[in-house]
Amino acid sequence: MDVHEYQAKELLGSFGVPVPKGAVAFSPDQAVYAATELGGWSWAVKAQIHAGARGKAGGIKICKTYHEVREAAQELLGKRLVTHQTGPEGKPVQRVYIEVAEPFERELYLGYVLDRKAERIRVIASQQGGMEIEEIARTDPDAILQVVVEPAVGLQSFQARELAFQLGLSIKQAQSCVSTIMNAYRAFRDCDAQMLEINPLVVTKDDRVMALDAKMSFDDNALFRRHNVADMHDPSQQDPREAQAAEHNLNYIGLDGEIGCIVNGAGLAMATMDMIKHAGGTPANFLDVGGGASPDRIATALKLVLSDDNVKAVLVNIFAGINRCDWVAKGVVQACETVDVKVPLVVRLAGTNVEEGRKILAESGLKLITAETLAEAAEKAVAACQGKLQAA
Amino acid sequence: MSILIDENTPVIVQGMTGDKGTFHAKEMIEYGTNVVGGVTPGKGGGRHLDRPLFNTVKEAVKETGAEASITFVAPAFCSDAIMESADAGIKLVCSITDGIPAQDMMRVKRYLMRYPKDRRTMMVGPNCAGIISPGKAMLGIMPGHIYLQGKVGVISRSGTLGYEAAAQMKEMGIGITTSVGIGGDPINGSSFLDHLALFEEDPETEAVLMIGEIGGPQEAEASAWIKDNMSKPVIGFVAGLTAPKGRRMGHAGAIISAAGDSAAEKAEIMRACGLTVAPNPSEFGSTVAGVLGA
Repeated sequence: MDVHEYQAKELLGSFGVPVPKGAVAFSPDQAVYAATELGGWSWAVKAQIHAGARGKAGGIKICKTYHEVREAAQELLGKRLVTHQTGPEGKPVQRVYIEVAEPFERELYLGYVLDRKAERIRVIASQQGGMEIEEIARTDPDAILQVVVEPAVGLQSFQARELAFQLGLSIKQAQSCVSTIMNAYRAFRDCDAQMLEINPLVVTKDDRVMALDAKMSFDDNALFRRHNVADMHDPSQQDPREAQAAEHNLNYIGLDGEIGCIVNGAGLAMATMDMIKHAGGTPANFLDVGGGASPDRIATALKLVLSDDNVKAVLVNIFAGINRCDWVAKGVVQACETVDVKVPLVVRLAGTNVEEGRKILAESGLKLITAETLAEAAEKAVAACQGKLQAA
Repeated sequence: MSILIDENTPVIVQGMTGDKGTFHAKEMIEYGTNVVGGVTPGKGGGRHLDRPLFNTVKEAVKETGAEASITFVAPAFCSDAIMESADAGIKLVCSITDGIPAQDMMRVKRYLMRYPKDRRTMMVGPNCAGIISPGKAMLGIMPGHIYLQGKVGVISRSGTLGYEAAAQMKEMGIGITTSVGIGGDPINGSSFLDHLALFEEDPETEAVLMIGEIGGPQEAEASAWIKDNMSKPVIGFVAGLTAPKGRRMGHAGAIISAAGDSAAEKAEIMRACGLTVAPNPSEFGSTVAGVLGA
C-alpha cells in the first residue's frame, strides 16, 4: 500500500525524524489558511499523488505570498498531474501539502528496503541527494553506502554512525543524522514498511538533518496490525476497477489488451496471460479469484472484467483442486444468468470432477465455448476475439 | 525414496481444529499421510479426527514423536506457530498460510538459523500448496488424484500452476517423486536451490521441473547452482512474461522491481545455465517428456 508524501512525513515525524513544518489542504482556502497558521516567509505547495517526479511536471510550486499560495493550489487541485512516473493518464490531485520552505545547505539520499536476497532490511545512503538512486547506481556506484540490519537485534547505532561519517558531515550534523537514521528505521520496522525513500535528506543551516521529501510503501499483509497506516489508504490514486476489485477481495490488475481473464491462482493467472500472448492475443487484465470460485465470486469477477470496454472475449480458466469442476460449472452458469455477457466466453475447467463439470456446461444452454487444455483455451479465446469463432 | 515426506513421516497439524485444518487433515489422512495428532492451544487433552490434541508442539512431539508439521494458522499468529515448531525440534514445517507479514518471515528465517545445521528445521512456504510424494504422503492442500507416482521432482512457487504441470505430466504417463510448493511470498522458508540439492541426492529422482515466476533472485541463484552442481537434467519455466513492471501479480513476491526480476531475464539465465526451458505453460508435459526421452 502506498501513501502520500504528507502521510509519510506524519509517520516519520511521529518517530522523531525531523520534517519541515507543513499542513495538508483540500482547497485553495485551506491552503491559504495552512500557510497563515504555519507562519514563515515562503512555502512549497506540493501536489499529493502516489508517484514521484512531481517537480519536473510542475507539481511543486514555491510561493512567497498568500496570493501565490492560493493560485498554486487552484492550479493544482482538481486536475490530473502527469509525471514520468504516472503514465500518460496521470493521477488526480485532490490534496496539496503546504510546507514552510527552509533554506538548506546539502542534499543527501537515505533509503530503506526489505532486501529479498539478503532477507534483511537494507539501509542505503548517498551524498548525491536529489537524483534517482538507479541513476546513481549506474553513474557512480561507489557513491552508494549500505548497511544491512541483523533481524535478531535491529539496526545498531554503530551502523548509523558508519553511514553518517561517510556522508561528509560535521560532528553536530552527524549526530542529527545518526538520530534520523535510527528513527526512520524504527518507523520502517514498526509500521511494517516495504520501502522508505527520503530523497532529498537535507542538512539545514542550523545543522539539522531533515527529510525534505518522503516516499513510503507498506506491506499489504501487515495492514491488519497497522490500522493507522491502513486508514491512510487513498483509493482515488488507484485504477477505479482495481479499487472496486479490492473491495470484493478480488485480485485484479488492469492491462491494455482485449481478452479478459478469470483464473484461480496467481501463477496460473500469469501463465494464462502468457498463453494468450503466445497464441497471438493480448490479455486485458490479471485476475485471481483465489480459492473460492463460488457463483457470486465468478459473477463479480465477470462484471469487473466486462466493465473494461476493450474486452472482446473472456477466458475463464479454473483448475479445481479442493473446489470441484461441477461446482465451478454451476457457478459459471449461475453467473451468466445474472450478468449480461455480450462477448464470447471461453471456459476451460480442469481437475476434480472435470467430466461432470463439462457436462453441466454443455447442458446449460448457454452460448459458451469450452476447451479442455490451456493451449486450446488460449487459441479459442484469441480466435473468438478476432471474430473467427462463435459459440456452438 | 522421494524427499521430505513419505508414508512413515509422523505429522502433526497446527490449527487442526479450525475449518481449513479439519478439512485438509481429513484429506491428508485419506491420502495415507501418517497424521499423529494436532495442536490447538486450549484444546489439549481432547481428540479430533480420532487423533490426540495438544496445547503445545513440545507436548505433541513428546507424546507422538512427530517429525513434521503443517500449519493452518491465521497470518497474525503463524510466524509464532512456525517458531514454536522449530523450538520443539520439528524437522520440517510446511506453512500453507497466505498473508504472513514479510518482516515476520524475516524474523522466522533468522530464528531458524539459531540452531546449528544438524538440528535446523526445514521450512516450506508460506503461501504454498504444500508437499506431496505421490503414492506415499501429502503435507498440503493439493488434489492428490492429479499426481502420478514416478521419477520427476517438481518445485514450484505457484500452487495451481504446479497442478497444471502435474496434470499435463500425468496425461503423458510421467510421474512425480515429490512435488514441493515453495510459495509465492518474497521471503520464503526454503528456495528452489534448497530442494534441488535434495533432489540431486534422491536416488528415485531422475529429473527436476522448476516452475518460477517474476520477482526475486531465487530462479537465478538456482540456475547458477544447477550449472555447477546438478548432475540430473532440469526443466525450467517462468510465469509472467506479460506482467507489467512494478505491479504485484497476486503473490506478494511476484513483482518486477529490480534488474533480473522479469520472466524474460530469468528464462535467459536458465537457458544459459543449461536448463531446458518450456516454451509456454501448455508444454510442461511435452518438455519433460522430451528431456526424459533424450
